[in-house]
Amino acid sequence: MNSLQASISGLQVALPAASKTSASTEPSGPVKLSATDVKVRYGSNEALHGVTVDIRCNEVVAFIGPSGCGKSTFLRCFNRMNDTVPSARVTGAIMLDGKDIYDPGVDVVLLRAQVGMVFQKPNPFPKSIFENVAYGPRLHGLASTRGQLDEIVESSLRRAGLWNEVKDRLDAPGTGLSGGQQQRLCIARAIAVSPDVILMDEPCSALDPIATGIIEELISELKANYTIIIVTHNMQQAARVAQRTAFFHLGNLVEVGPTTQIFMNPKQKQTEDYVTGRYG
Amino acid sequence: MNEKHISSQFDADLRGISALVLEMGGLAESQTAQAMYALTNFSVETADQVLVLEDRVNAMEVEIDLELQRIIAMRQPTAGDLRLLIAVTKASANLERVGDEAARIARTVRRLVTTGVSSRMRLPVSELVYGADLAIAQLRRALDSFARMDAEQAVEVLKHDDQIDREFDGLLRKLITYMMEDPRTISSCIDLVFVAKAIERIGDHGKNLAEAVIYVVKGTDVRHTSVAEVENVVR
Repeated sequence: MNSLQASISGLQVALPAASKTSASTEPSGPVKLSATDVKVRYGSNEALHGVTVDIRCNEVVAFIGPSGCGKSTFLRCFNRMNDTVPSARVTGAIMLDGKDIYDPGVDVVLLRAQVGMVFQKPNPFPKSIFENVAYGPRLHGLASTRGQLDEIVESSLRRAGLWNEVKDRLDAPGTGLSGGQQQRLCIARAIAVSPDVILMDEPCSALDPIATGIIEELISELKANYTIIIVTHNMQQAARVAQRTAFFHLGNLVEVGPTTQIFMNPKQKQTEDYVTGRYG
Repeated sequence: MNEKHISSQFDADLRGISALVLEMGGLAESQTAQAMYALTNFSVETADQVLVLEDRVNAMEVEIDLELQRIIAMRQPTAGDLRLLIAVTKASANLERVGDEAARIARTVRRLVTTGVSSRMRLPVSELVYGADLAIAQLRRALDSFARMDAEQAVEVLKHDDQIDREFDGLLRKLITYMMEDPRTISSCIDLVFVAKAIERIGDHGKNLAEAVIYVVKGTDVRHTSVAEVENVVR
């Protein structure tokens, strides 16, 4: 055997095992929120027609779809914000950690601390930065000393990526911050009451691209500790931040799946039409 | 994929780049046909025309890739649109290689003629015609399937690929026999082996194009899978 043959026979080639693409893997964590056949009527008009979907722990799920498709209506079911709309009627079951949130024994105020919400237009309280964040914990009795409250405020502002920008002016009014900073203040406010879930209804629509980028980066970090549902009309945002995406159309959940699948090879033609811009 | 985007400019962009691919395909087909004509007729003039076309084919590859980059940057295409653009980049690369193979044949013809070989001895160039016709037919079928985004026609291209490989094997045996009968032809027969290989490669590029069409239509990458498995995907 010549030296070439010898070196070839001695060569061990390790081939990489074929790996499943991330597009084909389904999330595997425990279910945090589940919706079963949820319908919402406003008066005589049914806006949401029987939606069933599970949201798993520590995932970011995006709800996308054209205006009026029911995504925000559905989002508001998870913390019973639809209760504040007199004509709204919600049927079906929504479970948080296996417990029905519409059970008569549920404390809605507590629910809304556990399932926090951030809105499209930043809406800080007309209070100082400190008070914006401290208000919730104080109300819920989460701190018994000023020191504990300080800690909660600092940790929430740090988690929201705002601490370094405001630590020297905590007494300044929250409304004096820029749009992007105000939105992060609202996120800090939501975080301060130790939620499990954060609902975000088009949180970046009113922000410039840089502020948007900062918030998207924040969402990626937050998912380690929270479960996040984000309604967005910016499809590329869904592609950037969400592990799974749900497409709504005219009150129906048309398709839900891994974000890569929704954007690379959606199963439903309606979904394909929407994500490629053929809608209409 | 026939329905319109809200943005008519996006539609125009996608139609435009597909048209460029088909134009490039037409040139590559032409080049191949002319290269074979040059070979069977030992025509240096036709061989030179092939080399002129080569420049155009190469320029089109650059033009298509530039346009591709622009569309991707401006439109962030997704799903079927994204798959189409990925197929376009594969098509332009494969068609450019077809052009290279045709140019190789043309340069061989020039060499055989200008060195006087073709006038000194009888070379079995006609043996290569059948294989070349198969390869050109494959390319044409693949380009048709691309034009119509027809996955079934693309599968037909994959099914016929074996035929070209078998033809090449047969050709090799014939040329070996030729060389054994007359060792003076060895050098030029080796040139013809390379021409036969170029033809076989052209058939392969047609196959690659067909696989890209199936990818666009079905969303499944069928490269390196058996024809039977591909038929399942397309059915």
